[in-house]
Amino acid sequence: MRAADVAGREMWQGIASVLLFLCLWQVGSGWAESRLFPGPLTVFRSLMREALHGPLIDHLSITLARVSISFIIAMAIGTVLGVALGRLPWLDRWINPWLVILLNVPALVVIILTYVWLGLVETALLVAVAVNKVPNVAVTLREGARALERDYAEVAQIYRFGPWRTLREVIIPQLAPYLLAAARNGLALIWKIVLVVELLGRSNGVGFQLQSYFQLFDVPRVMAYAAAFVLCVLIIEVVLFAPLERRAGRWRR
Amino acid sequence: MTMRVSIERKVYPRRGEAPARVLFEDLSFELADGEVCAIVGSSGIGKSSLLQIVAGLDREFEGVITDLPQPVGYLFQSPRLLPWRTARQNLELVLPEQPGKAGEWLAQVGLAGAEDVYPQRLSLGMARRVALARALAVQPKLLLLDEPFSSLDDETSRDMQNLMATHVKKLRPTTLFVTHHWHEAAALAQRVMTLDGSPARIVDDQPIRQAKAAE
Repeated sequence: MRAADVAGREMWQGIASVLLFLCLWQVGSGWAESRLFPGPLTVFRSLMREALHGPLIDHLSITLARVSISFIIAMAIGTVLGVALGRLPWLDRWINPWLVILLNVPALVVIILTYVWLGLVETALLVAVAVNKVPNVAVTLREGARALERDYAEVAQIYRFGPWRTLREVIIPQLAPYLLAAARNGLALIWKIVLVVELLGRSNGVGFQLQSYFQLFDVPRVMAYAAAFVLCVLIIEVVLFAPLERRAGRWRR
Repeated sequence: MTMRVSIERKVYPRRGEAPARVLFEDLSFELADGEVCAIVGSSGIGKSSLLQIVAGLDREFEGVITDLPQPVGYLFQSPRLLPWRTARQNLELVLPEQPGKAGEWLAQVGLAGAEDVYPQRLSLGMARRVALARALAVQPKLLLLDEPFSSLDDETSRDMQNLMATHVKKLRPTTLFVTHHWHEAAALAQRVMTLDGSPARIVDDQPIRQAKAAE
């Protein structure tokens, strides 16, 4: 079977799987007959109403902006730190215990402490997310840096690639799988943390809205906001991560 | 200009269970411009390490290398093509000023039509030819070849030898190549140095009369 056929079949299986999930959800909610467990159609109607006549788009944009900025900060710091740790064993010996501690401090504690220390401000949100996420990125990229092949570095040295070309042609392609893994996990983790941070100390964003609707026990709207956000993440996966992964792996046999 | 290699001492530090080992002691030789010289010796004697030192990839030794011709072309024991770049792109990387030449070089080593193939899909013989093209494409003044014909079948090995002899004759780089086959050394080099002992020294250094590369 050709690769395109396989990809096509996989796509249809994915769509069928989502449809099956929606059907089961609809049947389940019909069976429960509770306003606390609305079906997908109710949630969809609520979603459309919030998007067209309510504040969903504003709050969603604010949250997406926060996720994007936090993501960029966490990836940048985590990558530089991880590569440094992977290349400099003496630094790794010093920093590794800190990473282990940070990896095991509950996200909620970090969020509360940053709000207490920095106040209920935007900076606190960014710091809280970065402190939660940077250790994960650093640990992943440290493995990537340790796995860098000396052989290719020697090729770059013999043929005088210079620092910029060495980075672009030799180092980044080897780190690409690690960067992608860190980015994927990063996005999944960061948007969850951002919602909690918003819920605890911001007056806008999806997290804030979820808290408001939670207090009203307005489950359709809670699910509508969650669905809108999941949809955004899916779109990012399809238009950004999947093509990047294909591009990074096309040379593999 | 004559290149001079003078290694007073090269020690491999202790690593895990393996004790420290003196690899070379008082090893020195000279290579005249355009000279083709083979280094023979048994496996593990330090032939590849010697090339690494000459190339400047290993600087942890006592001694000096003077008048090293530049640029250097190096055919490593494994082809070391960047796997995420096609054959053509691997050559373009060393030819930033004239990327159009990459295709010409591939044709010269008999790989026209394989330009857009990724290295993982090339056989070892083909990958080595791309690596040879890369080493030659930089118009090297010093060509280092680390067992360029090992693990190849007889026919591919012969092809590679002819290819190398032709281009070495054309470009006239100072050439140092490592092999553990006397017949390869005799076929291609003007001079053969034998490495032996522990620590390794040059125990024999003699010219070869009918060297192909010098014909």
